[in-house]
Amino acid sequence: MVLNQFLLLSLFLFCTGVYGALVRRNGVLVLMSIELMLNAANLNLVAFSAFYKTEISGQVFALFVIAIAAAEVGVGLAIVLLLYRNLSSADLDRADSMKG
Amino acid sequence: MLSVGIPAPDIDYHALAPEIVVAGTILLILLVDLIFGDRARAHASRIAAFGVLGALIPVLTLGADGGDVSMFNGTFVVDNFALVMKAFFLIVTYLVILVSVDSMSESDVAEPEYYLMTLTALLGMMVMGSSRDLITIFVALETISIPTYLLAGWKKHEHKSNEAMLKYFVFGVLSSAVMLYGMSLVYGATGSTLLSVIAEGPRTDLGQDLGTVMNVGIFLTLVGFAFKVSAVPFHFWTPDTYEGAPTPVTAFLSVASKAGGMVAIFSLIYVGFYGRTDAWQPIIWVMAALSMTVGNMIATKQTNIVRMLAYSSIAQAGFMLVPFAVAPEDGLNSYQSAFSATVIYMLIYGAMNIGAFATLMAIARRTRSGEISSFAGLFSYAPTLAMMMSIFLMSLAGVPIFAGWFAKFVMFQATIDGGTGMAYALGIVAAVNSVIAFFYYGNVIRLMFFREPTVEDRSPIRVPTALGAAIALCAITTVAVGIYPELFARLGERTPF
Repeated sequence: MVLNQFLLLSLFLFCTGVYGALVRRNGVLVLMSIELMLNAANLNLVAFSAFYKTEISGQVFALFVIAIAAAEVGVGLAIVLLLYRNLSSADLDRADSMKG
Repeated sequence: MLSVGIPAPDIDYHALAPEIVVAGTILLILLVDLIFGDRARAHASRIAAFGVLGALIPVLTLGADGGDVSMFNGTFVVDNFALVMKAFFLIVTYLVILVSVDSMSESDVAEPEYYLMTLTALLGMMVMGSSRDLITIFVALETISIPTYLLAGWKKHEHKSNEAMLKYFVFGVLSSAVMLYGMSLVYGATGSTLLSVIAEGPRTDLGQDLGTVMNVGIFLTLVGFAFKVSAVPFHFWTPDTYEGAPTPVTAFLSVASKAGGMVAIFSLIYVGFYGRTDAWQPIIWVMAALSMTVGNMIATKQTNIVRMLAYSSIAQAGFMLVPFAVAPEDGLNSYQSAFSATVIYMLIYGAMNIGAFATLMAIARRTRSGEISSFAGLFSYAPTLAMMMSIFLMSLAGVPIFAGWFAKFVMFQATIDGGTGMAYALGIVAAVNSVIAFFYYGNVIRLMFFREPTVEDRSPIRVPTALGAAIALCAITTVAVGIYPELFARLGERTPF
């Protein structure tokens, strides 16, 4: 089995996610970027798990991550919705009343 | 044939009892709210408080029994350290409930759900104390984080509270993702999620050097947890979140949630990564030095008391990280003093910081302000509260006879036991910062005692019973441990993992 391709793909996804999360200003897009990062980690876990053959805890880990990511996005969308309701915008930069 | 040969796990219900009681209380609050609705609104806090105290009983009986229990293939371990941390989390949550009761029932926010979220986060922390596996650690961490994101924005019509929640959430999930990626690399290098197997180092049977992969994994994992304990340079969210969130939630975040992250660092470093000191110790060293210095420097400039305490909590996180950075690398059993130093620091920090926030809430009932200037002349109309605030602030600064000095003492002891040049250097940074801290804590005390009050209404402040009880408990602990440090000194002892 070729492990490197999976790891490179996951690294690319992770970097895309980090870039998106730091650069994008729209709340929904930030959530999507974070989702990319979590799935990059999932890909790693499953690829390593398949590579080691007898080791399945990586796949179990990935299942837990999928469930937790769903919960996180649920909370995240609620937060973006609340922001949109109070500021009529999903732009995260608008929430900047506190500084220092 | 569908019957698969997986044996049922061996479950010790006594060892799991604290978690079961808390989980049961969570369900009970949910059920009572569902059936009785608004009529039972006021009972949620009572159920939560009794549930938390109830969960303390099995923790105490387990402690009296002694002996370690290891379950689920070694992923869940109940030992002395786990029990001390569980008791700490339960007591801190109990104090936070006491602090919350009046401020929650006086405002128009959802009340039963507040306790539901607090207890869910507590459950995550308790599991974290026992986690000895990457999966369990990750799940426990998210069980702490997700409810606390919501708690930070509990006053959902207030703009500041929204902003607090938003910043905490974005940085929180970002750090979770970075940490998870790090964990996936650690798993890849070692082929196991179990910390005891990870401790054996990267696999060598593949004919490749996986050491670098493992080091990168360790780095990313620790960066993720640095966000959680708000260590510099991953601290940006802390002041804004602490200022915007409701004050009881801030107390909870600054103590319980920070300690949750710290406990994870404990198991990861002392069980999993200890053999690879060169990979994690320099990172922790830099973070500890930066957290203490930056936290204290910025704290001196703050005009808002909550922001000042936020930066002070960043600095305190730095002090807590010092023993990790100086733990000697020879042999797995040489780090006892570094280990117990952080445990003791954490316990004492819990008492004094919750106390400070509780007193702050009592004072803010009159001043309706978070500005430090509003503390002027407090002693002339509320002498008891001014005394209490002084006790907690002096303890945070590390003045002898209050518990904080013992926390600092064990921390410096650990740097001396570390014995290397880097350890002494960090000790000097810590000493300089302890002196800087006197200025901003002392400034508040000076205002309270030696300035003319600025508020109109100078009648004595009425403190609700629950809030007063929380302040009294924290003050008694702070003074008692300061005078008899032996009370806490033994709690840091441990059997090797």
